[in-house]
Amino acid sequence: MSAIFLSYLKAFVVGGLICLVGQLLIDFTKLTPARILVAFVVAGVFLSGLGLYQPLIDFAGAGATVPLTGFGATIARGVRDAVREYGFMGILLGPLTASAAGITAAMIAGLIVSLVFKSGDKS
Amino acid sequence: MVKKASPPSKIAATLPGAFLIGGLICLLGQTLIDGYAALGVEQKFCPVAASCTLVALAALLTGLNIFDNIAKYAGAGTLVPITGFANAVASPALEFKTEGMVLGVGAKMFLIAGPVIVYGVAAGVLYGLIIWLFGLY
Amino acid sequence: MAKKQGKQTYLMQQCLTVRAWAAVGSKKEGQGPLASGFDLIEPDSTFGQDSWEKAESRMVSLTVAKALSNAALTYEDIDCIFAGDLLNQCVGTTFGLRDSGIPLFGLYGACSTMAEGMLLASLLVDSQTVRRAMAVTSSHFCTAERQYRFPLEYGSVRPPSAQWTATASGAVVLEEGNQPPYLRAAAVGTVEDLGVTDQNNMGAAMAPAAAATLRRFFADTNTSPEQFDLIATGDLGAIGSQLLVELLQRDGIDIKSRHTDCGLLIYDRQKQDVHSGGSGCGCSASVLGSYLLPSLRDGKIRNLLFMPTGALLSPTTVQQKESIPGIAHLVWLSHEKEGIL
Repeated sequence: MSAIFLSYLKAFVVGGLICLVGQLLIDFTKLTPARILVAFVVAGVFLSGLGLYQPLIDFAGAGATVPLTGFGATIARGVRDAVREYGFMGILLGPLTASAAGITAAMIAGLIVSLVFKSGDKS
Repeated sequence: MVKKASPPSKIAATLPGAFLIGGLICLLGQTLIDGYAALGVEQKFCPVAASCTLVALAALLTGLNIFDNIAKYAGAGTLVPITGFANAVASPALEFKTEGMVLGVGAKMFLIAGPVIVYGVAAGVLYGLIIWLFGLY
Repeated sequence: MAKKQGKQTYLMQQCLTVRAWAAVGSKKEGQGPLASGFDLIEPDSTFGQDSWEKAESRMVSLTVAKALSNAALTYEDIDCIFAGDLLNQCVGTTFGLRDSGIPLFGLYGACSTMAEGMLLASLLVDSQTVRRAMAVTSSHFCTAERQYRFPLEYGSVRPPSAQWTATASGAVVLEEGNQPPYLRAAAVGTVEDLGVTDQNNMGAAMAPAAAATLRRFFADTNTSPEQFDLIATGDLGAIGSQLLVELLQRDGIDIKSRHTDCGLLIYDRQKQDVHSGGSGCGCSASVLGSYLLPSLRDGKIRNLLFMPTGALLSPTTVQQKESIPGIAHLVWLSHEKEGIL
C-alpha cells in the first residue's frame, strides 16, 4: 500500500518540480512559452542521450514521462532503437516513429474537438 | 532608446500553481499508467497510453473552454506536461474552423505546436547522427 | 476651412458640434463602471453571428444605426463616414458598413482611429465641403486575440502589463451646429518609436506618441494643461499612463492632475480581471460615447483633450524583432463655443 502511495508522491513531486522550472523560465526570462516548450523537448532528447533521463523515469514514473522532457526522451529512445536496427536509415525513421502516438493522438483529438465544439469567448 | 523604465514586477505567486497543477497532472498520469497495467495492457505501452489519454483529456477541456481557465492559474503547470502540447493543437483546430476544415483546421492545427515537433525531430536526428557516427548504440 | 496652427494643429473656423453619438459594448463592458452610459450592451459577444469577425461587423452596423437614430437622421443624411478597426484590411468596419450606402473613407490608426476619424471628419465639415460626416471604430476581444495573439482556447498566460481588448464600438455624427459638445480643434500625430519591443506592454510603446502629440498641441496653440479639465488618452493603461506623465514632466508639462485613460475608465480593475486596463479602438470610442460626450454636453466636463493612441505593429513585425511604433491623434472637445484660445 505504502509503495503505491510513494510512487504517486514521487510522480507528483518530480512532475511538479519540472513544471516549476518551466514557470521560473516564464517569469524570469524573456523566453516565450513556445521557446520554453522547444527547450524542454530538446533537453529531453539530450538528457536521454546522456543516459540521465531513464533513471528519472525509473524513479518517478509519470512524473518524468508526462512532461515534455519525457516526450523528448521517447524520441531519443526511438532513435537509439532505430539506429540499432536499421543503421543510418534509423536516423530518419526513429524520431517521428517514436513520437507518433502522441502526435497522432493530439491531431485526432484536435480534429474531433474542432468538429464537436465551437470557439468561445474568454470569461 | 529612452525610458524602458517601469515595467511591472513579475509576481512569483505563479510558482505554487505551476507546481501543484503540474504535479497533479503527472499524478493523474501515474494513476493512468497503473490503471492500464491493471487492465492488462503491456507494460511498455502503459506510459504511452497514459500520455495519449492525457492528450485526449486536455483536448476535451480545450473544447469545453475550460482548459484556458486552468492554465491561467497553472501557467507552466499545464504548459509543460503533454497537456500543453494537446491544448496547443486543439485550440487552433477549434478556432480556425470558421476558415474551413482544410485551410482552417487542417492547415493551421500546428500553428503553435509545430516548433515542438520540428525541433524535437531535429534534436532526434542530430542525436541519431552522433550515435551512428560514433557507434554509440 | 480649418486653420493650420503651428505644425500639426488645426483650429476649426466654424462652430462644429457632435450632433449625436452611440456606444455599444459586450459582456465585460456591461460589467464595468460605464455600463449605464452605453446605448447597447450585448452580453453575447457573438452578436448572433457564426464567426467573431462577423460579430464585430454586426456590432459596427448596430452602432452606426444607433448613432443615426440618436441623431434622428437616416443613412442618406450622412455625406461620408470615416471608419477603421484592428482587423486585417479593416474588415470589421468595412463589412459592418457594407449595406449602409454611406460613402466610406477607410482608415488605419490602430487604437487611435477614433480621433483620426473625427479629425478628418471635422476638416471636411469645417471647410463646408460636406454637411454631415460620421466617424466610427470598433474592436472585439476575440478577433484581436485570434489575429494578434493566440486562439481563444489556448492556455496562454497574460502578464500583468497586458491589456484587455474591449469588445466595443463607438460612432459620432459631426456637423455645424449650436449645441455642445463642440469640436474646437484637432492635432494630427506623428509616428513615434522609442524602441519598445514587448507586445505585452503596449502602453509603454504608445506613451511616447501621446507625449509627442500633446507637447506639439500645447506648443502650437500656446496653451497649457491647466486650461483643460481633462486629458483622456485612449488605451495607455496603468503603465503607459504613468510613463506619459513622466515623459511630459521631463519637459516641464504637468498633466498628472487632469489625466485619465479610457482603458482605466472602461473596466473596474479591482473587480474585473483585466490586468493593466482596456485597449482597442472600441475602448476609447465607447468611453467617448458612454461617458465623455454626455459629460461634455451637460457641462460636467468643460474642455476635454481626447487623445487615443495606436500601436502600429503587426504580427509579422513583432516576429521580425521590430520595435513597436505608436501614434496619437488629438481632438479638443468643449462644452463652450469659445474661450481658451
